[in-house]
Amino acid sequence: MTKNFFPIISILCFIIFLWYIFSVVLNSSWALDKAERSSKTLTFKELVADTWSQKKPKLPAPHQVFSEIWDTTFNKKITSKRSLVYHGWITFSATVAGFVFGTALGVILAIAIVHDRATDLSVMPWIITSQTIPILALAPMIIVVLGSIGFTGLMPKAVISMYLSFFPVVVGMVKGLRSPEILEIDLMRTWSASRSQIFFKLRIPKSLPYFFTSLKLGMAASLVGAIVGELPSGAIAGLGARMLAGSYYGQTIQIWSALFSAAILAATLISAISLIQRIVLKRMAWSG
Amino acid sequence: MTFFVLAIIFWLIAWYLNVKLSAYRASRLPKILAPVLFGMSILFIWEGAIESFNISPVILPSPSSVFIKFTISVPILWEDLVQTAFKGALTGFIIGCSSAFLVALVVDRFKFLERGLLPISNFMAALPIVGTAPILVTWFGFDWHSKAAVVTTMVFFPMLANTIQGLQMSDRIHKDLMRTYNASNLQVLLKLRLSAAMPFVFNGLKICSTLALIGAIVAEFFGSPIKGMGFRISTEVGRFALDMVWAEITMAAIIGSLFYGGIALIEKVITFWHPSQRGRA
Amino acid sequence: MAEHPIIEAKDVGLIFQTDDEPIIALKDVSLQVNKGEFISFIGPSGCGKTTFLRAIAALEKPTAGLLKVNNVTPELARQARTYGYVFQAAGLYPWRNIASNIKLPLEIMGFQKQEIKERVRKVLDLVDLTGFEKKYPWQLSGGMQQRVSIARALSFDAELLLMDEPFGALDEIVRDYLNEQLLKLWKSTEKTICFVTHSIPEAVYLSTKIVVMSPRPGRIIDVINSELPSERPLEIKDTPEFIEIAQRVREGLRLGHSYD
Repeated sequence: MTKNFFPIISILCFIIFLWYIFSVVLNSSWALDKAERSSKTLTFKELVADTWSQKKPKLPAPHQVFSEIWDTTFNKKITSKRSLVYHGWITFSATVAGFVFGTALGVILAIAIVHDRATDLSVMPWIITSQTIPILALAPMIIVVLGSIGFTGLMPKAVISMYLSFFPVVVGMVKGLRSPEILEIDLMRTWSASRSQIFFKLRIPKSLPYFFTSLKLGMAASLVGAIVGELPSGAIAGLGARMLAGSYYGQTIQIWSALFSAAILAATLISAISLIQRIVLKRMAWSG
Repeated sequence: MTFFVLAIIFWLIAWYLNVKLSAYRASRLPKILAPVLFGMSILFIWEGAIESFNISPVILPSPSSVFIKFTISVPILWEDLVQTAFKGALTGFIIGCSSAFLVALVVDRFKFLERGLLPISNFMAALPIVGTAPILVTWFGFDWHSKAAVVTTMVFFPMLANTIQGLQMSDRIHKDLMRTYNASNLQVLLKLRLSAAMPFVFNGLKICSTLALIGAIVAEFFGSPIKGMGFRISTEVGRFALDMVWAEITMAAIIGSLFYGGIALIEKVITFWHPSQRGRA
Repeated sequence: MAEHPIIEAKDVGLIFQTDDEPIIALKDVSLQVNKGEFISFIGPSGCGKTTFLRAIAALEKPTAGLLKVNNVTPELARQARTYGYVFQAAGLYPWRNIASNIKLPLEIMGFQKQEIKERVRKVLDLVDLTGFEKKYPWQLSGGMQQRVSIARALSFDAELLLMDEPFGALDEIVRDYLNEQLLKLWKSTEKTICFVTHSIPEAVYLSTKIVVMSPRPGRIIDVINSELPSERPLEIKDTPEFIEIAQRVREGLRLGHSYD
């Protein structure tokens, strides 16, 4: 862990360094145009300073993005429509709600698939095929259809998040529940263990690494689903809505700050799962 | 009502058949027949429910109406397909995957880069990169170029991670053997590590093929010229012409499966030697 | 003309630095191997026999003493492709067929196409696998895969053959058969062979010289020159001369606390 620290930090610094350079490059044409129109000539220093403080830059500089995030998080009332916390919460709640239901359903279906061969043969191929289908494309339709029968707000977005996290969980859990070797199952049989005993004492513990991996995939998918689900309803609330609104009004800094907030949200949620994973596996004294 | 009842009966019979079929472990027939029967029962129940319960087409169109709409809209569907799948998704897929592959080769050569880039790359792969769509529109415009850029960004990180992992796959024994032949680094790369990496590379390509199509379609939700699958879906949803939406989605499903299946076929040829391809796994 | 020994070791030592504490893999190992000999290294796990073999192959570096292969450093010998190595596992590339696998070192070393073809044919004949050129490794049994690995090691005319428990993963009947084949091969090719094994009968059956090693630290306990005749059918394992040598090996192992 620590031996990766220095390379990671140096590459991050390098990326930020490149970012500042690209800001200058991409924003300079606008700065030069503006200077030309007011018949001024800019020194190089003035040019650089300008490119890093434009109101609608083509590429906002890092400090612009972070000060916007800081401002809309800490300097606005949480209930205000301009607060990043407000929008972040909207996206977060839809993500987590959908994720919880999707995971629960996914685990149940995985258990059914592993224990009933008929379900396995008839349903599993469809689950696998569904991974090649761009399910996210259904998002606008779900929002609108559910909206027209009276379901608005959190629920339709949670529905999208739910079925997006459902599929990785099913696939991962089926793999995990089937991961015990024939040797291990046979051993349990020699102790005349029942199917449910084999399930609880062997399959579940062995499937935990797969479970946590698919949880992380499901969480990432959930978040994307919640964000995309915010787009069709005229883009009023949530991080996705903020991104779309920003692109309508050319507020590039707003877009970037919303994107970064979504990234921070994703990182936080996935780290939370990693933390739970470490605690659970440690309690089981397992390096698996 | 009769149709719905018939559909339910069909479903029950199909279920019974599936249970019976699953008892036959020897033949391949159950594996093909069972999902087909299941799929058909869903379709019949769907059609029956729409008819019998008078579900408004604005909520859920029937399979038959979707099929009809599909067949009469082929020109529009084709135009959308070209815009989104070929120009947007495919271009982004090719640029993203090939650049990720090349970067992986460079990173592999310099351990420092690998230790720094790999965690960052894994982090990036978990982010909602689709959100970069509005930004890329401001740089590349509304047309398919920005969508290809979104796809490139989306597929880059998973492909990079998979390729790097694949390059690390060579067994110690194989590497030692190469040392006894005094093989150069280039020879080891070409004769051993690239071939050994192929299963992982194809795993990455399959994942990326799905991501590419999703990325292109969803990127169009953020703004697009008047063609493209994402565009068509969001506008037709706005007009409540759900049969057209389902027709587009059906086409997306077909093209997604073909894309994925094509890569799987190539994978079978190139990694014929891997246990998973020999049916042993 | 005095020929130099093909391997010369003087007080060779090798210490591995690990996270816990340094491991003395080899200590004061001195040995001379002459051309044409068949030397077995026998001892329990951790006695340094594999480490010594790897040091000869320049896959490990001694931390003390002098080690010469063909009168140069092991590293130079490796670069001159002086030896062929056979590992415990066959290590065949599953994406290449048998002929292609044997071609691998030849391609790397830059032999001409026509010559490669000829060499592949020759070594496959030597190990009795003519006709299997187009098969893939997974289609062959473990014993056959090891024979391919041996053929591969012979293909580029290395003087020295280093074999690290090549038959360890195979059952005893196949092992006996392969031992017989290996002896025939040794006689017809006149190579020098260094062979690491866990099996006393195998070591006694195959070798002209047996080096008994013991662990903690890895060192040589005994070097036994075998007086057995060069014609060795499998039945020789029941003769009193064979048993006597085997007993001597066992004594050496006991002396080195291998059975403690």
